[in-house]
Amino acid sequence: MTPPQKERIRIRFSKFGRIRFTSHRDLARVWERSLRRTRLPVSYSEGFSPRPRLRFGLALATSHESCGEYLDVDLVPGTDVDVDTLGGLVDPTLPPGMRVQGVTNVAPGSPSLQESVSSCSWLVEVPDLGPARASEYIEQALAARELPVTRTRKGKEVTDDIRPSLFSLRIAEPDECPPAAQWQPAGVLLRAELATQPRACRPAELLAAFDGAPQEGRVVRLHQWTTVDGDRREPLEVHVTPESGQHLVETLAPPATTHATARAS
Amino acid sequence: MTSSSSSGATTDVWPALERHLASVAKPARYIGLEDGAPSSSRAPGKAGWLLCYPDTYEIGLPNQGLQILREILNERDDAFAERGYAVWTDLEAVMRREKIPFFSIETHAPAASFDVIAFNLSAELVYTNVLNCVDLAGVPVRTADRADDDPLVIIGGHCTYNPEPIADFVDVVVLGDGEEVVGEMTEVIAEWKREGKTPGSRENVLRALARIEGIYVPSLYDVAYDGEFLAEVTPRYADVPERVEKRTVADLAEWPYPKQQLVPLTEVVHDRLNVEVFRGCTRGCRFCQAGMITRPVRERPADQVRTMIDEGLQRTGYDEVTLTSLSTADFSGIEQTVSDVMNLDTGCGEPGTQPPITLGLPSLRVDAFTVGLANKIQNARRTGLTFAPEAGTWRMRQVINKLIREEDLYGAVGSAYSQGWRRMKLYFLTGLPTETDEDTLGIAELAKNCVELGKEHHKNPSVTVSVGGFVPKPFTPFQWFGQNTEEELRRKINLLRDATRKVHGVNLKWHDSRASVIEGLLSRGDRRLGRVIELVWQRGGTFQEWSEHFSIDLWLDAMAECGLDPDWYIHRHRTEHEVLPWDHLSAGLHKDFLWMDWTDALAEVGLPDCRWTPCYDCGACTGYSIEHIVASATPPAGGSQGTGVDLTQGHTVPVELTPRKVGAQ
Repeated sequence: MTPPQKERIRIRFSKFGRIRFTSHRDLARVWERSLRRTRLPVSYSEGFSPRPRLRFGLALATSHESCGEYLDVDLVPGTDVDVDTLGGLVDPTLPPGMRVQGVTNVAPGSPSLQESVSSCSWLVEVPDLGPARASEYIEQALAARELPVTRTRKGKEVTDDIRPSLFSLRIAEPDECPPAAQWQPAGVLLRAELATQPRACRPAELLAAFDGAPQEGRVVRLHQWTTVDGDRREPLEVHVTPESGQHLVETLAPPATTHATARAS
Repeated sequence: MTSSSSSGATTDVWPALERHLASVAKPARYIGLEDGAPSSSRAPGKAGWLLCYPDTYEIGLPNQGLQILREILNERDDAFAERGYAVWTDLEAVMRREKIPFFSIETHAPAASFDVIAFNLSAELVYTNVLNCVDLAGVPVRTADRADDDPLVIIGGHCTYNPEPIADFVDVVVLGDGEEVVGEMTEVIAEWKREGKTPGSRENVLRALARIEGIYVPSLYDVAYDGEFLAEVTPRYADVPERVEKRTVADLAEWPYPKQQLVPLTEVVHDRLNVEVFRGCTRGCRFCQAGMITRPVRERPADQVRTMIDEGLQRTGYDEVTLTSLSTADFSGIEQTVSDVMNLDTGCGEPGTQPPITLGLPSLRVDAFTVGLANKIQNARRTGLTFAPEAGTWRMRQVINKLIREEDLYGAVGSAYSQGWRRMKLYFLTGLPTETDEDTLGIAELAKNCVELGKEHHKNPSVTVSVGGFVPKPFTPFQWFGQNTEEELRRKINLLRDATRKVHGVNLKWHDSRASVIEGLLSRGDRRLGRVIELVWQRGGTFQEWSEHFSIDLWLDAMAECGLDPDWYIHRHRTEHEVLPWDHLSAGLHKDFLWMDWTDALAEVGLPDCRWTPCYDCGACTGYSIEHIVASATPPAGGSQGTGVDLTQGHTVPVELTPRKVGAQ
């Protein structure tokens, strides 16, 4: 006899403002408490120290903001959760700056968030960079065959070519900054799509490939993308309900960006 | 920077701070936003309290004292309260460079915009952090240099029972429970604020505060020395009390605080719901300052405890609760409370098999009853259980009045092993009065025997022995004892290392004896140490509680520079009639009771718990016309500790002491 199939829901949420200084690990604890306060029948692991079965997508770096974070929650089998109203119940238990944008059921056997996400779209503020220099850098980066970046990993210097991870890059308009961000970009605002496989390329690594390695200012993760049957898609397309923070997602609907998936060779 | 307190409006430091937070360690500790922290009720005319913990956010946030006072003050119409924590050295460097002042974490208002900057002091080694916070606030560190409209620097907490080493830096010292006295102080401070903090008003407000019971204003007292000895500490005015009595809240049931325990967003110590089940302890362990200064015992009614647990868990989303007190197994309603918590409906997980609440019972007695209690906590991970016999031989335990027989310890440990626990942790002190090498080595002997007991039940039982160096504290019977030198403490640790090195299953851990030495210096020092603290702070000696920052040389160099002898302060036995730096303060305990208890200690005579035996007239009840509030008239089941069984003969209870009103000379 096969064990009963676990019910699973996926929550998409945003993280803006002061709360961005909490870590990925901190957020896991925030969610555990929040779901207990909501009295959601979360499934727990076995053993001496049962933990709620929560799975997070790609970690968001401390101090980065986002309107595309995900959390998968395993529920007690047979649980009937109204995914359309759950967000309204959870929101009051979340700290200021975090909001549920949407909730959906996940089909049994779906791949995990971690393995299904292939790239992310980012807004990157670069305070010390003007538009003219930025355009030059963008052109060079997209035209380059290789973008070697050196980083320290476990005490050793490792050089990676991040060019294959750079899917698209352009200067963004200030109004592409989501309203929830409540800040005005200084310098130049870049919009980039960076690969997450085989490992997640970070916005700071992209800047490190520029001459003079300008420092990143504020950074917003706009979207996480999966590829399903060749289609680029978000793990949770947000429902059109006003209370779920939809205005955010609409503002951020991906425009026809200049994709640079083909090498400029 | 200047104070802008009169207008009530402040410019917050957040915009300046925010730019730098991405580059400092653990920035979440500076953002506030905890659940339970309301938006500030700041308004012009209200007395503003900045309640600070002079260590990092992770250490300070769980402090229940500050959380209780924060709520009580914010409930008042004439006050508002916010919180501040010492910033780590990386952020401090940024703040000094960018001229960002010390701030509250709720509204990021500059500290100097408050009328009061108050600190909870629970450890001596944080004193330099107090100076650093005040300096970062832009307020002069010395009281004598403060202007009329500078905030009042106030301290409370256990270290205030000898505030003399930091007397030069604090305007006001609060002794004892803060619940009632903060209101009385607020009335005085709010009036001072309404009247505009005019020139000369600071002295008046300090005089007015000094008339409140429990308040000590160091600058209103003259200190006279007789050579190196303290001669007397006397009030400079007739309306300032000669002796300051601590405050005691008679009934905890009237103070069900914190009602909204703060839930931090980032990891802190004791990250769980905490419910205080009683205050005070009459076990009478002679090394324990907390047990002495918080008398009498005042229990919270069991049904209030249950309500606080139930509501607290629902509100916070925690799945862990700790029942706090100095000896939680002694709580009258403990068995029922434990059962109730285990049966709480958490609304999570599978019906019937939902993960239960994790229950923490700190400071447990060493007896079989305790193990039975631990056994009730069904989800307890049976990996480790902690006991604190404190000393290695029965002789030594009689000296310190920790009346645990070896049978009690072996009974508890054997019972724990048989019920599935594999690892024991045992806490001990070394450097105790009259301690011989036999007593020290008795620690190793106990540990070995515990491992042997474990082998009857498990393949690889282990016993972790944690040894701390004893530091004598004010208002304890050991306040006259000359602390062991660092060399002596190290020698004793080495004896134990040699004795346990080859014993499989015994792991020895010990505390840095150099830190114990400086803790000892500050715990019984006098006002002459003020300059030493100031020098250490000026030379970067902050976060002295942290081993990576602690430096004994900073302290010893400063002592030498001030012409002060560390031996005289730390390692010298005091005599009966020596004036102690805290003699003008009172924790309720009669000095002659403490002296008698000291002589009993030297005679190896134990003293049973007065909850269930006749009164010894220590002074804690009689002086304040209050009594122990204990729901059960019978001692808790099991164990001999404190129950009067098997005490050695020959002890005379000092009932012949004439009862007198505390404070009468």
